[in-house]
Amino acid sequence: MLTIDRVGKTYPNGVRALDGISLDVGPGEIVVVVGGSGCGKSTLLRAVAGLDIASQGRVGLDGDTITAPHEKIGIIFQEPRLLPWLTVADNVGFGLEHLPKTQRRERVAAALDRVGLADKAGAWPRELSGGQAQRVAIARALVPQPQVLLLDEPFSALDAFTRADLQDHLLDLWADTKPTLIMVTHDVEEAIVLADRILVMRPRPGRIYEEIIDDLPRPRDRQSAAFDFVKRRVLAALDRSLDRAVSVDERTEKAEAGAHSWW
Amino acid sequence: MSLASMTTVVEPATEVAVTAQPAHWSRYLRPVLGFILPVTLAVGWELAVRYGYSNGRLVPPPSVIFRTFVELAETGELQQHAFITLWRVFAGFALGVSAGTILGALTGYSGLTHRLVDPTLQALRSIPSIAWVPLFLLWFGIFETSKVTLIAVGVFFPVYLGVMGAVLSVDRKIVEVGRAFRLSGFAMVRRILLPAVLPTYVISLRAGLGLGWMFVVAAEFLGASQGLGYLLVDGQQLGKPAQIVAAIVAFAILGKITDTLLAVVTTPFLRWEDRFARG
Repeated sequence: MLTIDRVGKTYPNGVRALDGISLDVGPGEIVVVVGGSGCGKSTLLRAVAGLDIASQGRVGLDGDTITAPHEKIGIIFQEPRLLPWLTVADNVGFGLEHLPKTQRRERVAAALDRVGLADKAGAWPRELSGGQAQRVAIARALVPQPQVLLLDEPFSALDAFTRADLQDHLLDLWADTKPTLIMVTHDVEEAIVLADRILVMRPRPGRIYEEIIDDLPRPRDRQSAAFDFVKRRVLAALDRSLDRAVSVDERTEKAEAGAHSWW
Repeated sequence: MSLASMTTVVEPATEVAVTAQPAHWSRYLRPVLGFILPVTLAVGWELAVRYGYSNGRLVPPPSVIFRTFVELAETGELQQHAFITLWRVFAGFALGVSAGTILGALTGYSGLTHRLVDPTLQALRSIPSIAWVPLFLLWFGIFETSKVTLIAVGVFFPVYLGVMGAVLSVDRKIVEVGRAFRLSGFAMVRRILLPAVLPTYVISLRAGLGLGWMFVVAAEFLGASQGLGYLLVDGQQLGKPAQIVAAIVAFAILGKITDTLLAVVTTPFLRWEDRFARG
């Protein structure tokens, strides 16, 4: 169980990026965070990853407090960030240095097979396409079998076709070991395809503004009316989250009006 | 755009790649291109002297230089001088590279070390290295120590600057991957920083080696009784231009060989580079 307890982040220059974020994520749950740019989505993810330390509050995983990168938490970035001097196979095995060589090779081969890149094992990262590179990055993050996998806009640099393909692929891989998934994205459809729960964040300072349960049956049909309905709800929430001028009462009214007028 | 139209875009590209492969003969001919200019000049000069357009006393023709070269080699003199010069370059290179690498890595990695050490080193760098010679002669005497030290100083600065700059410019995002996999200290240096700086490091090693060859001549000009630099001075004092040119040719050959060796030895480590390559 991942626990985020009243986490806040204030940068040295006084900017408050996050304020009072509380969130519990159960094992195997998929939580997707959406929000306008600068609302602290990535900051939150980096705090959970232990790459940045929260100024207030606590991030915990099964009783451990996260203050540095944790072996049970994996992260996938917006860019593949493969190490260019390692072959694809060595990149995937980067987090398995502690294992004996034969075991490492087996697990790398299995992971590459799983992401459909078994034939690229000996290739250099420069020889991969953007989608292939990101698949290697996913394999690299999953191969140490993390309990929590964090994804920071992992598909945003890819074309729409590759992106949809990788979203399905991610769900497929997730089903193998069912890690907890926390993903940050600005793509609302992506959020709805993947999430059990969608969190809409609100900027200055970054807070959780609204939580939308996404319980559409899987696999999800992007063309269905139910999908469209959830999409409208999320877009309306996003719209409200960015509208700072209106008061709380007006906002609720506008929400109802907005939900209908969005399309 | 449909998937089908995307594949039709890809296909002509692969065909181009196939036809763009170099023709068989050009692979063997290409290295020869580099020889055209020097060989033409040498043959031209040889003919000019042979047909009396010049007496070739101050600028001896290739045949005379070659004869001097062979004579020096037959007596074993050339090998002896070349060996001592090579030894000095290697000793100075090894010292300079070690110091440059360690200090460059430290000042690149740690901000505190950088603030403490770098200003002094930059100040020392702005002193023309030859200016140290009198002091080195006083400190270390006229034998090997002063020569090797001078070469080491020459090699040190390009390596130091190269390593420091390379460590400072390692992509933050790549370092973060290391952090996400809980690397720190030595493991971070070994698995992330070192491989990341390798391409730049090789360039600075080659720059350092070039300066090493430059400074060995300077060192041997100043009171040496052996070495290729001594052959130069000796040739000047005794009025033997052919010997001077022979020594220069020896420098060129050795410099080129050592540089090529360095490049060849390091190439396997840099195969991964995604670089601009000329056809």
